[in-house]
Amino acid sequence: MAYDYEKSIRPGKLPHIWCPGCGHGIVMKGLIRAIDSCGLQKNETAIVSGIGCASRLPGYMDFNTLHTAHGRAAAFATGIKMARPDMKVICCGGDGDGAAIGGNHFIHACRRNIDMTYVLMNNFIYGMTGGQFSSSTPTGDKASTTPYGNPDPAFDLAKLAIGAGATFVARTTAFHATQIDKLIAEGIKHKGMAIIEVLDDCPTTYGRRNKFRSVVDMMKRLKDIAVPVTAAAKMTPEQLEGKILTGVLHKEDRPEYCEQYAKVIERAQGV
Amino acid sequence: MAKKIALLQGNEACAQGALYAGCNFFGGYPITPSTEVAEVMAGELPKVGGKFIQMEDEIGAMASVIGAALAGSKALTATSGPGASLKQELIGYACIAEVPCVIVNVMRGGPSTGMPTGPGQSDVMQARWGTHGDHAAIALCPSSCQEIFSETVRAFNLAEKYRMPVQVLFDEIVGHMRERIEFPEPGELEVINRAKPSVTPEQYKPYDTSFGNVPPLAAYGSEYRFHVTGLNKAEDGFPTTKASLVDAEERRQIFKVECDEARADVESNEEYLTEDAEVIIFAYGSTSRSARYAVNELRSQGVKAGLFRPITLWPFPEKRVAQLGEQAKGMVVAEMNLGQMVFEVERIVKNTCKLGRVNRVDGEPINPTEIMNQVKEVL
Repeated sequence: MAYDYEKSIRPGKLPHIWCPGCGHGIVMKGLIRAIDSCGLQKNETAIVSGIGCASRLPGYMDFNTLHTAHGRAAAFATGIKMARPDMKVICCGGDGDGAAIGGNHFIHACRRNIDMTYVLMNNFIYGMTGGQFSSSTPTGDKASTTPYGNPDPAFDLAKLAIGAGATFVARTTAFHATQIDKLIAEGIKHKGMAIIEVLDDCPTTYGRRNKFRSVVDMMKRLKDIAVPVTAAAKMTPEQLEGKILTGVLHKEDRPEYCEQYAKVIERAQGV
Repeated sequence: MAKKIALLQGNEACAQGALYAGCNFFGGYPITPSTEVAEVMAGELPKVGGKFIQMEDEIGAMASVIGAALAGSKALTATSGPGASLKQELIGYACIAEVPCVIVNVMRGGPSTGMPTGPGQSDVMQARWGTHGDHAAIALCPSSCQEIFSETVRAFNLAEKYRMPVQVLFDEIVGHMRERIEFPEPGELEVINRAKPSVTPEQYKPYDTSFGNVPPLAAYGSEYRFHVTGLNKAEDGFPTTKASLVDAEERRQIFKVECDEARADVESNEEYLTEDAEVIIFAYGSTSRSARYAVNELRSQGVKAGLFRPITLWPFPEKRVAQLGEQAKGMVVAEMNLGQMVFEVERIVKNTCKLGRVNRVDGEPINPTEIMNQVKEVL
């Protein structure tokens, strides 16, 4: 029997706003399967986003959902989690939202190691505003604001998260649909800040400007550049040129923020 | 039993007032001259099981406050001029999403960094119009440490009652002044908590106007499950671009504060010797203390002067100011800025009386003599 996604979708909220060929729907399905496999309860889960195409995801999901302001998902989510540490908090959003305008909240949420799962859908572009380059657009690529090619270097968002202190960092792509839910589920189960970066495709505003003839071409590219971190260990730097590592890139145990604050309460109360 | 008495700074009194009101979340960022509010909350909140977090920036602080409020907390942040500027977008978010929370702005001078350790009253228009788009505003402006305590309690009450952000503005003089505070007993001051939904989870809509202009707000993590967005939305909380719904929603959010019934509830003024006054001094915050002194001096010289002190700055006390404008020969607006509330007074009194103004932005308080000299100009 086919998997029942509808049980996690709010009745009447589909169709979604995403363009044909957009990878966000693949990520949402992965998120649904992950939440399901972890057995999260709808009333005890909050899904928080910022602004952009990817940030419209929570509106479709039948949970406590919060569509915040541009870049602020992690900061709003921090307030929810601090107020209700018993709740499961999941953030989602795009690369421009999470790593450019929201970069400060993103790195500090990683630093605190607050128990949240952040699904970062990186499609290398500002899609909703029509295709301006983001902080993860590869150098040289075309966007509506880089008509002569992007002069900026791009962030490696997973490395950024690791450097900032996230204790679970994983990466996959929209092509690797079945890996998405496994990594998100692992992130949800991890105690602390879990970042799952999903490399995603935007055929409408990125693909057509960058010589991708079809969505299939974009998916093929995601497939081709992805190298599982286990396989990469046996590869030479030359072989890894232009590749992106996928899988669990970093995992460590470090005190979680709300648990640390619970100790602050104990000290203040002289327990 | 004798009441608890303390010598408290205004900023400390603010924190104590918040705790009295049941505040259990503070999200902040250090900024002069408001930092003591955060410092007291950092020490006191965990004692009562509340949460304090110092966020990475002013915007994050405001975001954490809204998030915590949606999870059922009574949430506070405190800032000053530049920080208030940074928070504006999210204050607008709290307006449109109708999230109760309190923002304290201990006012200093200048645009930009200005004079961080000097007093100012130049954020009063920012408190009204700082965030973009049409919206209502409630801003309270205490002028003593005791009043900072009670107005902070009232700010929480109004935030909870009207389901919106409420700003408490006081200038650095009051914020850093130390005065005797009498702690009210529990129950002595009213403490209001937001209306909870009475319908079943299946029936619940977060903007259901069948319950009046202020729909009950559930909390995340309760049996109710709902969606919140900064987009214009329908009663169910989901985005809409339908003209009639957007129009009705925006108008309701203003009407809920500016209708006669709400104004009567929210507005609060102090009047001193205004009954027979021929000249009214309009002053708020620490400036009103100089104005009160000026009234006494003027009275001793035979000038029938009175003080009108708005404690609620927004909504503006239109009716009473209009009456006083008709009664008096002149009005003098004294404020530590280059003229902000004076334009509101002018808008209301029109040409019914002569209007004078006293303004300072040099970091020095306005003194009674300056006010008295201006009073003589308008008589």
